[in-house]
Amino acid sequence: MTYTFAIIAFLTVASAVAAMSLRNLVHCALMLMVTFAGLAVLYLALGAQFVGFAQVLIYIGAVAILIVFAILLTRGSEPPRQSIFSATWVVGVGIAVMVIGLLGAVVLSSRVVTRELRPAPVLSVRDIGEQLMTTYVLPLEVIGLLLTAALIGAVIIAMHEEEGK
Amino acid sequence: MTQLTAYLLVSALLFAIGLAGALTRRNAIIVLVGIELMLNAANLNFIAFWRYGPHAYVLTGVMFVIFSIGVAAAEAAVGLALIISVYRHYRTTNLDQIDELKG
Repeated sequence: MTYTFAIIAFLTVASAVAAMSLRNLVHCALMLMVTFAGLAVLYLALGAQFVGFAQVLIYIGAVAILIVFAILLTRGSEPPRQSIFSATWVVGVGIAVMVIGLLGAVVLSSRVVTRELRPAPVLSVRDIGEQLMTTYVLPLEVIGLLLTAALIGAVIIAMHEEEGK
Repeated sequence: MTQLTAYLLVSALLFAIGLAGALTRRNAIIVLVGIELMLNAANLNFIAFWRYGPHAYVLTGVMFVIFSIGVAAAEAAVGLALIISVYRHYRTTNLDQIDELKG
């Protein structure tokens, strides 16, 4: 395990913790951007260049900006007076600790992950494009339809109704 | 500890952090952020298994992540639109106060 991986993994996890625990929502959104960037670097380190750059474009460029807009539109940038955690936070943290315990135990005791290391696969954007146009052409069309429907739906839901309700 | 184990542990940690945030925070936007974190943790698993799996020349893992990113973008857009719509009605995004379906 290299130092680079350790540093990036630490940054990613630490910024995720900060995004979930900071009081100011704008700071949360900025920390979320750091988490997404760390994940993009991890994808690049794993040899999936296209996915890494798609992560930067879609998550940092679109989703995080959308979240910042939502925070500013809902006046969430003012820190709340009461606690930021709900009354039943002990249950939530307990469930999360149980999940990480279970997942960690399963991963560490698995025999699948102890096999030999393979050389990095070569992945070109050309391969991805060919696969998208042949094997995965139906999912591609479906996701295009889904995105169109979702964006039209989002605009209609968030559109301000001028008269009547 | 192999590389794959390390990636899987990072992914499990991210998933648990997102789950804890989604379950404990009061603000609806941050709950949505927690759900996004969990989706990203699953994506990291797909890429790690693709990279260290026995059939890396089959691009199924990468393709799944690409489609998953697209679905997550649609989910974020609709979710935030819903939150803004609810905020316009209740004047709050505090989930403890949004406790009835009838407006």
